[in-house]
Amino acid sequence: MEVAVKTAKNLVRVALLLLCASAIAFTLVSISPLDPLQTNIGQAALGSLSAEQTAQLESYWGVGEPPIQRYLSWLGDFVRGDMGISLLYRQSVATVIAEKLANSLLLLAFAWVISGVLGFTLGIIAGAYQGRAIDRAIQSYSLIIASTPLFWIGIMLLLIFAVWLQIAPIGLSVPIGMEAADVTLIDRLRHAILPALALSITGIANITLHTREKMIAVMGSDYVLFARARGESTRRIVTRHGVRNVILPAMTLQFALINEILAGTILVEQVFSYPGLGQAVVTAGLGGDMPLLLAITVISTALVFGGNFIANTLYGVVDPRIRKGVSK
Amino acid sequence: MSNINNCADNTVLDIRNLSISFQQYAGRFSHTQLETIHNLNVKVHAGELVAIVGASGSGKSLLAHSILGILPYNATWSGEIRYRGELLTQTRIEELRGSEIALVPQGVSHLDPLMKIGTQILKGRKDAATRQKMEEVLERYGLGDGVENLYPFELSGGMARRALISMAVLEDAKLIIADEPTPGLDAKLARRVLSHFRELADDGAGVLLITHDLELALEVAERIVVMHDGTAVEDTEACNFAREETLQHPYTKALWRARL
Repeated sequence: MEVAVKTAKNLVRVALLLLCASAIAFTLVSISPLDPLQTNIGQAALGSLSAEQTAQLESYWGVGEPPIQRYLSWLGDFVRGDMGISLLYRQSVATVIAEKLANSLLLLAFAWVISGVLGFTLGIIAGAYQGRAIDRAIQSYSLIIASTPLFWIGIMLLLIFAVWLQIAPIGLSVPIGMEAADVTLIDRLRHAILPALALSITGIANITLHTREKMIAVMGSDYVLFARARGESTRRIVTRHGVRNVILPAMTLQFALINEILAGTILVEQVFSYPGLGQAVVTAGLGGDMPLLLAITVISTALVFGGNFIANTLYGVVDPRIRKGVSK
Repeated sequence: MSNINNCADNTVLDIRNLSISFQQYAGRFSHTQLETIHNLNVKVHAGELVAIVGASGSGKSLLAHSILGILPYNATWSGEIRYRGELLTQTRIEELRGSEIALVPQGVSHLDPLMKIGTQILKGRKDAATRQKMEEVLERYGLGDGVENLYPFELSGGMARRALISMAVLEDAKLIIADEPTPGLDAKLARRVLSHFRELADDGAGVLLITHDLELALEVAERIVVMHDGTAVEDTEACNFAREETLQHPYTKALWRARL
């Protein structure tokens, strides 16, 4: 019963969240000064069109319609499961998103796992050996990277690996001029490696800094002091008590990282001309492709919410204080 | 038990001229030494319970930490600490702590909040003999009935104290240092906890009890060392606290009067 109420509450919460996110995204695009006709057809071409053609295009892009009415009609369709047709790609939004998401997922998953695993390990090491040379090295790396813009890291990677060393492709997700059927998995991986690396490098820095803080708190705790007094070595203290007590906050961080990586893909995919969700959202936003933009907004919001939701649920499973507290 | 052996054999802990100071930053480039404990002398014999009594902030816990070699990095100490006649260097204490020399800390915050009590007591040992012994020790302290499978947050204050004591008992420690084991307990529970330390001393261990509670200390200790301003101002038999005249230092006399 209690679980059912909790689940229902969460469902209402996510529905409201998605509604707000889509409304805000819609408002932002509708107050944008960009005229979809000028942006997508061009000033020169627009001038050569007849009034009839212009009117046809205006109704296609929904120029004259009042915003509220446009939003409500989109919402009505969306709730019924129809995400509409992308105005720019002229394909159903579902198809566009499926294709872009598949590309982005490779980057997202790679960066998520690498940042999590390496960030956690580095944070634990730095925190356990606070103040030593290894801590200072890890901390310097993290601070420098955390304050470096992601797009700049992307450009540097391109410069080093694609231009100077020429061991990685300069952009895109598949080789240029190759038929889709001929593209191998190796090709795809080769094209994904640099953008994924750029995302990971920044992700690691954030996770490391946060994990380090938690680890320092654990190492300064009474129970670690007592463990030392009981003859446990630093190594054992780190593996037995450190990791155990840092893993819970690290879990929250790891799922909050989805949010950051998702935002990062927008920049990275722009720099690497990588045709993923991030690039699609930029195209949709600048081109006034309302159905596509709103659908991506809703889906990425749902992804972030899903991540936090999983973290919360796992907390209850992993932490005995919550698990036993609930069952009492 | 006869204690006719000569004193040197029977002394478990011998602290001579112990001083502990902290490095403090004064301004940007200079730092000063802040001396918290100076010229402290304490002796504990086998089978004896010595109580160090002092107000909070008099450096009592630092004394415990210096014996166990777990002072913070910005602290330095000088003097001599001997365990059964042998000089305790950092290397030596690292070998002895947790086995022959055991700390019994204040309370539940000294237990890993995410690890079961039994796992913490066993400290990674899995052999049947140790398990068996642990169960006996827990039973002795009224912690049978699956307490070993509980997490620290499920223990009461008294249970946590007894769990911490059973850790020292499992190791057969010859020197037990109890750092404020009673705060937060009511008088009856505190007495019960202290009586456990008395039993350990009667079984032959040397016990150094660090406390701020003179009243309780007098009930269980043979000797009382009064700490004031970082040093021992009085080191006397507990029976001398019966009358004010047998006490030496004004601070001790003040403590004595405060009891009335």
